Amino acid sequence: MSRSGLQREQRKFTFLLLAPGLLTVVIFTSVPALTTLSYAFFHWKGFQRGTFAGFENFHRLFSFPFRDQFLMALRHNVLVFVGIFTLQTTIGILIAYSLYRMIKGQRFFRTVTFLPVIFSLVIVGYMWQALLDPFYGPINNILHSIGLDSFARTWLGSTSTALPTLVFINLWRWVGFPAIIFLSGFNAINQEYLEAARIDGASEGQIFRKVMFPLLAPSMTIVAILTFIGAFEWFDLPYVLGGSSGGPAGATDTLALMFYRLSFGSVDSGANEIGIGSALGVLIFSIVGVGAAFGSKYLRSREVDV
Amino acid sequence: MIKALSSKIFFRSILIFNAVMVLVPVLFLINSSLRETNDFARNPIKLATSPHWANFSNVWADGAFATYLKNSLIITVGSTALILTLALGAGFVLGRYTFKSQNLIMGFILSGMLVPAKLAILPLFIQLKWMHLLDSHIGLILVYTSGALPAAIFIMSGFFRSLPADLDSAARIDGASEFQLLRLVLTPLVRPGLSIVAIYSAIPIWNDFFLPLVFLQTPEKKTIMQGLTVFFGEYSSQWGIIFAGLTLAALPLIVLYLILSEQFIKGLTAGAVKG
Repeated sequence: MSRSGLQREQRKFTFLLLAPGLLTVVIFTSVPALTTLSYAFFHWKGFQRGTFAGFENFHRLFSFPFRDQFLMALRHNVLVFVGIFTLQTTIGILIAYSLYRMIKGQRFFRTVTFLPVIFSLVIVGYMWQALLDPFYGPINNILHSIGLDSFARTWLGSTSTALPTLVFINLWRWVGFPAIIFLSGFNAINQEYLEAARIDGASEGQIFRKVMFPLLAPSMTIVAILTFIGAFEWFDLPYVLGGSSGGPAGATDTLALMFYRLSFGSVDSGANEIGIGSALGVLIFSIVGVGAAFGSKYLRSREVDV
Repeated sequence: MIKALSSKIFFRSILIFNAVMVLVPVLFLINSSLRETNDFARNPIKLATSPHWANFSNVWADGAFATYLKNSLIITVGSTALILTLALGAGFVLGRYTFKSQNLIMGFILSGMLVPAKLAILPLFIQLKWMHLLDSHIGLILVYTSGALPAAIFIMSGFFRSLPADLDSAARIDGASEFQLLRLVLTPLVRPGLSIVAIYSAIPIWNDFFLPLVFLQTPEKKTIMQGLTVFFGEYSSQWGIIFAGLTLAALPLIVLYLILSEQFIKGLTAGAVKG
């Protein structure tokens, strides 16, 4: 084939193979993502757009009764982020380092560690609901049978334990993910640094603290950012176990649940509040976007260049 | 020496403890799915010595469950096939050709990876309604495809770029058309990339709860994850049936994972780990 013939065929091919995919992304991601901001600045009646509203939707979001809901949900999201991040980083690194140190049998334990990550949060949620059932759940049963009756409680049913219990369930499902990320972080560390430290007489503990932990920073950045985004978009688990109002009594309410209630909560009666929902949506994604951008900038600057 | 041994025991016991924490709840679930409801209510912690298979036939007898599974299968397979096809083509063009708007398109794809689907849910809802794609499997398939495609194209173009350039010229000299080059020469070589993309797309789609909750209303169209919430409400104290339903929903993925664990780990952490 001649050179120009090849070029013509390649041009045709480029268009044929790129256009369908790009068009799908433009229609179903770009256009909705770009229009979403404008929704917050209009009056809405059900799914009918009304007149321009200026900042009225934001104003209503920060007035009674939405203000208190918003602040409580925000508080829960912050607590969930701090709780999940602290626990899963500590436990994740511990598991990852244990896997790293294990030469024989690593594969089995790695497979087991990652197993819960493949589960849907719906299945995980219901499984733990059964395990934690106040009467039939094995957890309370075990506590009773070993004489720790005072520790048995309605884990998901009381306002003081519901949120920490959800954090624990989330941890059970997700800790394998950071563990595998940290493990690949450990594996990426150049053996020469460790050899050099050993020759200098450093103990394994010193090597971990002074050499390996700082070199784990890139993995830490990824885990922190993903956890931050996940915590502020937290929806599935609280919805499955506490319903759309974050039960019991709003103890597990989150920003994403509130967004869902406002936008789709009473669709059938036409009483949903798309305007306020969109205003909340804009706020959530500003928090996520700004937090993730500054967070990754700050965390990246801490990474050591080697 | 003793110190080294004790630290070895310490790290090993952490892994064993972790394995117990992971496996015991899952085994409890599977074990309870084989027990009769009254038997379970009398003593929740007991081995199912004589398996009560009726739980599973009862779940299946409730026709809705099979419908939910079928719907999830259609949506997951449909989206994944579409994602693979489109990402294979686009990845080939972006990874093997050089053309003018290439950087622009690559930039668009990278920015598409940063947009979370939830951000666009309200306009998307109204747009789908307007396109008559609301409450339809096709609509959901297109939304999933659009969501996963940027990362899928990015992964595939990387795999295509890593292949030696000589392959193309050799195939062209032998008279292969561009389509033959893609299909017969390069596609078999990017198979590891395709398996990563398949898992990266299929598992989150199978497990997804939010988009079907918002976009599907007709009970017969709902997916298994939505269906489980209906199911749980309907059979709230019939433990045998509940556990059998959960097991049935979880088991296909567990079995697949046990066979393909390496690919699962690679696929689901794709994007988070370099290389």
